[in-house]
This record gives sequence, structure tokens and C-alpha cells, in this order.
Amino acid sequence: MIDYKVVQDEEVTVLLDDLLELYGYDFTNYSKASIKRRVNRLFSLDRFPSFAEFRYRIKNDPGYLRRFIEQITVPVTEMFRDPAFYRTLREEVLPILGTYPLIRIWHAGCATGEEVYSMAIMLKEANLLHKSLLYATDINPEVLERARKGIFPLSQMKHYSENYISSGGKNDFSSYYSANYDMAKFDTVLTGKMIFATHNLVSDRSFNEFQLILCRNVLIYFDKDLQARVFQLFDESLDNLGFLALGSKETLRFSAIASKFKQVSAKEKIWRKMA
Amino acid sequence: MEKDGLKKVEAILIGGSAGSLDVILRMLPDLRRDLSLSIIIILHRSTTVDNTLVDLLSSRTSLMVKEAEEKEKILPGIIYIAPPDYHLLVENDRSFSLDFSEKILYSRPAIDVTFQTAADVYKSFLVAILLSGANADGSEGLVAVQNAGGITIVQDPADAEINYMPHQALLKLTPAHIMKKADLAGFINRLPF
Repeated sequence: MIDYKVVQDEEVTVLLDDLLELYGYDFTNYSKASIKRRVNRLFSLDRFPSFAEFRYRIKNDPGYLRRFIEQITVPVTEMFRDPAFYRTLREEVLPILGTYPLIRIWHAGCATGEEVYSMAIMLKEANLLHKSLLYATDINPEVLERARKGIFPLSQMKHYSENYISSGGKNDFSSYYSANYDMAKFDTVLTGKMIFATHNLVSDRSFNEFQLILCRNVLIYFDKDLQARVFQLFDESLDNLGFLALGSKETLRFSAIASKFKQVSAKEKIWRKMA
Repeated sequence: MEKDGLKKVEAILIGGSAGSLDVILRMLPDLRRDLSLSIIIILHRSTTVDNTLVDLLSSRTSLMVKEAEEKEKILPGIIYIAPPDYHLLVENDRSFSLDFSEKILYSRPAIDVTFQTAADVYKSFLVAILLSGANADGSEGLVAVQNAGGITIVQDPADAEINYMPHQALLKLTPAHIMKKADLAGFINRLPF
């Protein structure tokens, strides 16, 4: 069992200060309870004998730093997670995007890329993939490397296939990947339209204009100040009449940009920029 | 410790899995209306369509029942339900945060996560109750609550529809109380708040 409380609050603060000072990673505006749990989880998983050793490793071993960043930032995602959300994208958002000559979509905080592949599949089925570009960014270069490969555990495919079908998918889900041993490699036709890049929502600026930005289950880890900054960044990065999609428990309500946006459907967390 | 009349309880955590919903439904109507502390319920449930739980619980009590939202301030007199498929954490400023990290013991929300983070914040001003279930989740959390000085309660395994969860807890700790479902509401009503 993981001991959740070996690394004390003050020590977590020390680590976060190190990361900012040495590497420019700023976690100081992340939700504290979650960061603390992640730090303690990793400390236990990797069996460090002391906090001093843990800290030394993070400061001096670049390979371990990458693991630390990956594990702290919760790279947990699924294909077609919340099928009803994807159904709304498919039925209400994609037809509008289809009217543009070039569709630019930004997956902010894409982790290992499952949602990017889900989107590419829907675009392909709507016959829009050929004129789409999917920008997929994450703070963490490790997960982007995995996302770029498009290889996911075969064991997940049954679950993903069920999600796909309840999202309104009509094809045989397995036609999108080839199975090799225990892995599923997704069709390079999908990957061909994806652009992967590291981007830190905390410190990096807007880099393009999009018709759709998806950022799901990322903002829950940020405090209110940081959420406000990121909403500003999304507003700056969205075309007029562009769409912003958030996780099922995240909301634009109460934010400074809320008045410019209109929720597309009562149930799904998708907003459209109206001004 | 609970006999110390000066010590106020700020929050009650209730965790459970299979067989625990009935216990909660039975308990709710008997809670006093002026209960001025926060109740936080973490139930394992299906991740798919399940928005009816708030309505169901609301129908049994005059206290306000709502799903816990991220960054929401935790207020007295409200019963909060952990949303499906997220871990529910308590922050130092007594607000909630959500977390979509790995399942723990096949569970998300995990009872342990809420119990542990709440123990850190509420320290001894906390009561944690673990009910019926077929999973070992919750035991670690109860230990955390106990170590922080909070009051721990385990449903009597003989009284639980599924006794595995209470049994697992009793292997890990000696709780302040082992209680039957019929006694829960009375106990809560007598807590100092």
C-alpha cells in the first residue's frame, strides 16, 4: 500500500521551488492536495529511502526528472471518454467546422494522445480529416513521444470500442488499428494530420488561432488564478465562433471570459465564442 | 475523545460500496435538520449514467444534497456526494478538488483518497464512517483519520450487507466505534458542532 504522507507539505514546496528555479516548470499554482498525493505516490513507488535522496535525484538526473514530470501531471486518459460528449462533437460541432476551408484543432494537455486519435477518427468519418490539422500539446515530452507513435495497449481496445460505438461510431473500431502482440497501432492516416509539440499552459503563450480547443481534465489540477490565466490564453487562441471543450466537471461559468461564450448543449461542456 | 464536549466536529465522511446506499438512505431521514457540519459521501458506483443519486438522497432529507464541484468551498449543513469517476480531494482552504488519476483498488472515486486528504485538513475535527462493501478501499483512509485524531467508525460486519469492507478495516485498525446502521443517525445527531 502506498504511504501517502511521507513527504511533508514543506518538502513538497521545496521540490516545487527546485523545479521552477532549475527547470522553469511552475507547479506553484497547481491544486495542492493533488500535487502532494502525486509526489507521495511517486516517492513510495520508487522506494526512496529519504526525502534528501528523492530531491537529489530530481535535481541531478534528467531521466528521472522526466519521469517525475510525467507522474506528477497525471497522464491518465482514454479514447472516446464520455461518449455523449463525443456524440455532441460529432453531431453539433463537426458539421460547423466542416464549413471552414482548413480546420485547426488544439488538444491542450493531450497526455498520451488518446483523445487526439478519437478526434482524428471522427474527422475521418465526417470526411474532414484531409483538411484538418490537430495540434496536440503537453507539458511533458515523454508522453508526447508515446502519443506520436499511436500505440496503445490492446487490452484497452474492448473498452474503447464500446465508447466509440456509444459515441455514435458506425464502423468496425478495429479497422483503425493493427494489433501486434499486446499492442494496437493506429493507422498512420490519422497520425499524418497531427502535430505534436511541448507547450506549458502555465508559462507559454498562444501560438495559433483555432476553431476548436479541447482541454479536458487539465484545469481541475489548477488553482483559480491559473485557471483564469489559461481561459484567457484559450480566448486569445480561438477564432470568433470557435469552440472550447472542457472536461465533464470543468466549467467556464464564473470565469472572466464567460460572457463572451455560449454553451452549445445543456449537458456537455462545450462553449462557442460569440463575441 | 468524542466525550470532550468542547471539541467540535466540522465534517463527517461516509464511505461505502456495495450494500452501503441502503444504509445511507435509511440514516438520512433521521438526521437533525439543524445539523451544522459538512457531510461528504464517497460511494463506489457505476461510471456511466448515474445523475440520479443526488435526487435520490435529497428525497430523504431536508438538508441540501449536491455533487461536490471542483474548487467549491465546503460549507456546513450540506451533504456532498463525490462525482462518479473522479477522486475527490479536500484542500487546505477547505475546498474540494477533483483528480482523474489512476483508480485505487479498482475504485474512482477512492474512499482512501478523500479520507486521507480530509484527515490532513480537518485533523481531529473529523468523523469518518466506513460502511458495507466488497472492496478493501477505505481502510487506509480510516487509519489516516485515526492518526490525525479524528473519530473512526466501522459498520458492524454482522450488520453489513457485504461485510468485506468493514472486515478489511478491522484488520487494519481498532476504530473508536463499531456501529450498527440503526445507530448511525443518533450518533451523528449527538455530535458537538
